[in-house]
Amino acid sequence: MAAIASPVMATVPRELTPWQRALRRLVRRRGAMVGLALVIFFVAIALLAPWIAPHDPLGTSWSAVRKPPSAQYWFGTDEIGRDVLSRVIWGARASLLAGLVSVAISLSVGVPIGLAAGYLGRWADMLISRITDAMLACPFLILAIALAAFLGPSLTNAMIAIGIAATPVFIRLTRGQVLAVKVEDYVEAARAVGNSHLRIALRHVMPNIVAPLIVQATLAIAAAVIAEASLSFLGLGQQPPAPSWGSMLNTAKNYVDNAPWMAVWPGLSIFLLVLSFNLLGDGLRDALDPRHG
Amino acid sequence: MKVTRLALALVLCAALPCLAQTLRIGLAEDPDVLDPTLARTFVGRIVFAALCDKLFDLDENLKVVPQLATGYEWSPDYKALTIKIRPDVTFHDGEKLDAAAVKFNLERHKTMQGSNRRGELAPVASVDVLDPATVRLTLSAPFAPLLAILTDRAGMMVSPKAAQAAGEKFSLKPVCSGPFQFVERVAQGHIVFERFANYWNKGAIHFDKVIYQPITDSTALLAALKTGQFDLIERMAPSDVPALKGDTRFRVAKIVEIGYQGITFNIGKSERAQKNPAGKDPRVREAFELSLDRDAIVQVAMSGEALAGNQWVAPTNSWYAKSVPIPKRDLARAKALLKEAGVPNASFTLMTPTTPDAQRVAQVVQAMAREAGFEVKIQSTEFTTTLNMADKGDFEAFVLAWSGRPDPDGNLFSHLACKQPLNYSGNCRADMDDLINKSRSTVDAAARLKLFEQIAAMEAKDRPIVYLYHRHWLWGYTGKLSGLRMIPDGLMRVQNLRMN
Amino acid sequence: MGDYLIKRLAAIVPTLFFVSVMIFGLQQLLPGDPAVALAGEDNDPNVVAYLRGKFHLDDPFPVRYWYWLDGVFHGDLGDSVRIQKPVTALILEKLPVTIELAVLAMTIALVIGISAGVVSAVLKDTKWDYAANIFALWGLSTPNFWLGILLILLFAVKLGWLPASGYVSPFEDLKANLAAMIMPAFVLGNAIAAVLMRHTRSAMLQVLSSDYVRTARAKGLDERVVVLRHALRNALVPIVTLGALQFGELLGGAVLTEQVFSIPGFGKLIVDAVFNRDYSVVQGVVLFTATAYITLNLLADIAYFLVNPRMRG
Repeated sequence: MAAIASPVMATVPRELTPWQRALRRLVRRRGAMVGLALVIFFVAIALLAPWIAPHDPLGTSWSAVRKPPSAQYWFGTDEIGRDVLSRVIWGARASLLAGLVSVAISLSVGVPIGLAAGYLGRWADMLISRITDAMLACPFLILAIALAAFLGPSLTNAMIAIGIAATPVFIRLTRGQVLAVKVEDYVEAARAVGNSHLRIALRHVMPNIVAPLIVQATLAIAAAVIAEASLSFLGLGQQPPAPSWGSMLNTAKNYVDNAPWMAVWPGLSIFLLVLSFNLLGDGLRDALDPRHG
Repeated sequence: MKVTRLALALVLCAALPCLAQTLRIGLAEDPDVLDPTLARTFVGRIVFAALCDKLFDLDENLKVVPQLATGYEWSPDYKALTIKIRPDVTFHDGEKLDAAAVKFNLERHKTMQGSNRRGELAPVASVDVLDPATVRLTLSAPFAPLLAILTDRAGMMVSPKAAQAAGEKFSLKPVCSGPFQFVERVAQGHIVFERFANYWNKGAIHFDKVIYQPITDSTALLAALKTGQFDLIERMAPSDVPALKGDTRFRVAKIVEIGYQGITFNIGKSERAQKNPAGKDPRVREAFELSLDRDAIVQVAMSGEALAGNQWVAPTNSWYAKSVPIPKRDLARAKALLKEAGVPNASFTLMTPTTPDAQRVAQVVQAMAREAGFEVKIQSTEFTTTLNMADKGDFEAFVLAWSGRPDPDGNLFSHLACKQPLNYSGNCRADMDDLINKSRSTVDAAARLKLFEQIAAMEAKDRPIVYLYHRHWLWGYTGKLSGLRMIPDGLMRVQNLRMN
Repeated sequence: MGDYLIKRLAAIVPTLFFVSVMIFGLQQLLPGDPAVALAGEDNDPNVVAYLRGKFHLDDPFPVRYWYWLDGVFHGDLGDSVRIQKPVTALILEKLPVTIELAVLAMTIALVIGISAGVVSAVLKDTKWDYAANIFALWGLSTPNFWLGILLILLFAVKLGWLPASGYVSPFEDLKANLAAMIMPAFVLGNAIAAVLMRHTRSAMLQVLSSDYVRTARAKGLDERVVVLRHALRNALVPIVTLGALQFGELLGGAVLTEQVFSIPGFGKLIVDAVFNRDYSVVQGVVLFTATAYITLNLLADIAYFLVNPRMRG
């Protein structure tokens, strides 16, 4: 049998999945792309810190206390003679971790609880909702401060404290989405067919809440980085000598007059990182919500 | 008629110093309870200096001078102190300050629930009124620090009538006999006093009002001085001094404090002492001290605004034991000692309060000690928690600051005598206790100094506390303010202060 | 509607109960013995024992909670151990300060946020959109305390236009009061402006593509009129309800801003009390602000409910 030449296919535009369409919209928003680029930049710096930092971030030098930027110390030195550039580079790890781990905690605790509340309904829902309301009624930073004070001053405890304090938002968000989806026809159909609750939750409910969760998570990362800096201001974040932008800024604010370089670089870094997560989050929201596209 | 009155006012104004002046003082933190019996913070004492006069005061050389008292006399066996009280002194509410009032106050300090002065006045067995202008304090044993104690809160006199009437609420509207009287207080906001017209020394007061405002952030505090919001700020950050030095509108006043900053080791307060090399072995502590360069610590951590020291009083203090000088850094010997002790890389945890000063010192110490082989782990702990942990002995080493008392006993007894409340190191030696107790009851200065020298030598060998330095009290103030006296207790007196 | 209202009101009680348990529990969990902390520098054992007795610190948790709750029902929120003043007096003292700061901050936030949101929505995807975005976002992207210090250094120290910090009562000197409050209000308002901008933008975009607006355009109305009178008015409803929530959050205290500018409001009060282990103050103030927040929440929802059906029609 002669080989059949493959028929010439007419170029039919492929049907794009909703995700691909969203991605296209995202790429078109310049602000979000700038944000994404900056995030990738900072993540790269954090990962490559051991190789790109010119000096030991903990290495002190008594003769080089508060020296202005020079060839040897590009960003100058701090109050006990450490290289600011190296500390900014290594500090990226702490600040990024503060953002990412806190939100990871919020997500991993908040989403399951929200699912439970929305799906189980009745008493479980009432209990969870009241507790969530109670947490939301307390000022976020107060909760974080009390938790961090309880756990003890350290970066890890700050992340846990921020993560817990930010959880109610995700519980509420998840629960809201679950309630909206629960009444959809396809979910009722799935139940009718005999799927287990868990299966329905995972296969039908989850995909629908992923979008708003991604948006909220991105914005929450931005807020968490700021929160770590705020906790550092009160002495509760990353503890010296380990660097984090927040604690560097906190120390540097006392030297703004005679050593401004100590504050400028960590301040600028926080600003850019948080701004980029905010831009990215906003862009994601626009991209994932067709009404805005 | 109106014109005449106006003219009269103007004439009077020209004749007498026309006082519409307000003195604005910036504090580094908010004071606590405004009751001398219950008060427990350093910053509260700054405010008391304008509100409550005391029996005695201090001068620049830490000598006791009269204030509400005009004189005193010890009995030959030094077990009774007779105090003569200044006549014609009234409290802010018009009540007379007499011997009965003094007796009331001293007993209030000793017996009131929650009083923080009880320990200070413990050796006072009884107070007797000899006549309306004389009291006699009878002691259970001679007690050299007594006069110095009466220059602080324990010597402050409040109006008995007001105290009895207000009971627990007295601190909300304190009534004393100082140059200024209480007007109002907004917690964390401001404290307002106004001139007391019948102050016994009113000629020395040139302000109508005093307003204290706490600003916890040192950058904001300095900014407030620079913008003219304050006339005077206390406890400037050492790094802010150069900023003011260059500005001709302002001045910086500094004096070495009567307190100290040091590292307290747990050598017996709890079992934790035995679980780390520094607590167990005095050679390790010696190696640690030898690995430190105190002058460099002062330079780097305190921007030079401190005086290196190795005892509970500063080297400039008349009670300093000159026979026990500050050891020089000796890395070689430090390493040798560690080797001898069998721990070339001795490691211990340094509990550090989250205050900026303590954090800097800890980091500098960590880096210096590392050069001798030490592995110091900084454990940052919230200040309030450090007090608790120290009290329980739940620490290995602790960066501890002590605000200081005018008499050296106040820096020594409670910290180094066996089982005393502030003895966080757990230091307990019968021979040292004996010497310390003797020093409390020895009134002769030369004999007392000899005792301190022996105690200092003992302490320097054992090192329950490694004293590091004594800070400078740093005040920033407008050049227009004159008459400021720098007294080592760090409290500003309002008498003779004048705005030009 | 009545049904909904009753359900919401009924939910308040358990919520407040959880708030009180949570904040009480957190306080008690804070490390360290509060009696030692409050006894101060001298650590006199008599004082420590006295404080332990006075505040029932040796009693088990539920007993302590009960003492406190009992007090709350009698209007007694306890005393601040640090300065021996009743907590209720402290709250009344600081409430006007906090409210003034919140009102000023909200005003600034509304002005910046709404205008940036409108510009961003109407001129979507142009450079004005990005500019408005960045302008509103930069306030959210800087830590409060840092922005505050920068403003102090610029406007107070360098330029001398405004006081560095502190607070003056408006009844004493209105001008000085506003001069002292403008910077902290700006720092706070900035962050909220970003949130308001986002929501304004969302709401505007939604409304701008609605039938209602298309009809208005078809009628031939001037674009500006369409935007301002028709679109914005409709978009304002969710924005204002959100604003009410943000206001409620502000009541919880602008913790860091008050620290930097030394404004004696709730934020500074609570933070200092946490660090001083002044339990009664933290518990009392948080309970108060939580109640206020929940009430505002409820009012906002009711307002939304009331206004909505008419708007939709």
